[in-house]
Amino acid sequence: MGVSRVYLDSGGSAPPSRRTSEAVRAGLAEGWADPERLHAESRRSRQVLESSRSAIGEILGCHAEQLTFVPSLTVAFDRVIGGMHRARRGRDRIVVSAVERDALTHAARFAAGEENVTVIPVDAEGHLDLDALAAALDVPDVSLVCVQHANQEIGTVQDLAAVADICTVARVPLVVDATASIGHVPAPEHWDALIANPADWGAPAGIGLVALSPRARVLPAWPDGQGLDAGGAPVPFALASAVALQERAESLEDTARRLYGLVDRVRTEAAAIPGVDVVGDPLVRLPHVVTFSCLYADGEALVTRLDAAGYAVGSGSACTSDVLEPSRVLAAIGALTHGNVRIALHPGVTEAHVDGFLAALREVVDALRSEAGVSADLPAASPVADAAAGVAQEDVASHPAQVEARPSDASPSDDGEAPSITWPALG
Amino acid sequence: MTERAIVDARGMPCPRPVIELAKAVRGLSPGAEVAVLSDDPAARLDVPAWARMTGNAFVGVESPDDGEGDALVVRLA
Repeated sequence: MGVSRVYLDSGGSAPPSRRTSEAVRAGLAEGWADPERLHAESRRSRQVLESSRSAIGEILGCHAEQLTFVPSLTVAFDRVIGGMHRARRGRDRIVVSAVERDALTHAARFAAGEENVTVIPVDAEGHLDLDALAAALDVPDVSLVCVQHANQEIGTVQDLAAVADICTVARVPLVVDATASIGHVPAPEHWDALIANPADWGAPAGIGLVALSPRARVLPAWPDGQGLDAGGAPVPFALASAVALQERAESLEDTARRLYGLVDRVRTEAAAIPGVDVVGDPLVRLPHVVTFSCLYADGEALVTRLDAAGYAVGSGSACTSDVLEPSRVLAAIGALTHGNVRIALHPGVTEAHVDGFLAALREVVDALRSEAGVSADLPAASPVADAAAGVAQEDVASHPAQVEARPSDASPSDDGEAPSITWPALG
Repeated sequence: MTERAIVDARGMPCPRPVIELAKAVRGLSPGAEVAVLSDDPAARLDVPAWARMTGNAFVGVESPDDGEGDALVVRLA
């Protein structure tokens, strides 16, 4: 008998719903032809693309004409940043936050030159240093500012309204990477260019989405000299992106509220394991994303043993990637980088799944520490448990990602009181 | 003079340098210093994080006597 599977690694790769799978088939039936030709079959493909863009535009709060499908996320970053930078002739510098995706930072370095990229630091919870951003924009040589809506690893949501104010005063366009947030929380409102990742909300991989404001200017900074779309994306995947986003939008608030509570539970219970560092803002965060690091545990071993126990998770530890460097996000916030577990929940994840995962986690972490001979060398459980435990699910206002930290009037958690944590000696 | 233990974890990938550090501090007195020698990029981040999580102090990064890798120094509380 096989182990039943629980998939907790949905960041940028969420399982497709039945409706989304059906949309791929329908998209192939209706939109198999090249949409760029002059006959009826091509026109039908174009229609599928058009209706997909309209449906997505409605959800994102922009016009269909502002949206472009591109063949991948990396292409989206390359073309948006390269093209907007080039259109700002005479301004050499790109400003990025320290927690942007590698693909975005690489695109900025390639477009402006490594020495012309200014990295703005973040605090220990991953919030951008707004004073440092304003100071960086004091010099009139900045072409673009790139700040993500929310972080794909730690979940922290940035104050984009404040970022946009600073950019507006300095008259510098703002590129917002919303690849971790769209499909999970309401789309951001403040941007000149917006980048989204349909695979993050359950569409097939192999398509990216770009939205440009009417005032955004792009000049080709690539060999083909064509538009942003880099040859376009598969029409069936465009349709699937729209259908999947519609499905997410229909139950956005309910799903966000439920997953926010499940992540609260993971944060609290992971932090209650001695020597576990749970990071990111406990309140102003994505509903479905959490990461933590387990002292003395090997990241690769954690992922493979949890996998063997039926749980698919990610990791930002160096040993789990093909580069020697650990996650730049963990480095930027000063978090422990080894023994890292990264989780992104999809709407099908239940409380029972999370409970099973937490039990498996405790077992695997205990076993790895015992094998390393350091079971007795652990600090007490980390204080983040108190912060996270203070917020009940019901306490999340109209939208979880929009709530402000209000520790003073946070109500107690489900069981009526913040857990007092006492742990038996291990081993 | 401050007692200073040396943990030579060069050539060891993460999380070994921190595991060796944890073993080395057993039985050391408050105020003692430990220098972890490491050439693993993650140790530069993880030794300070270990100090924060265990309530000890991270003193800083020094260059080992033979110049190879980093000496990451912590002081026990």
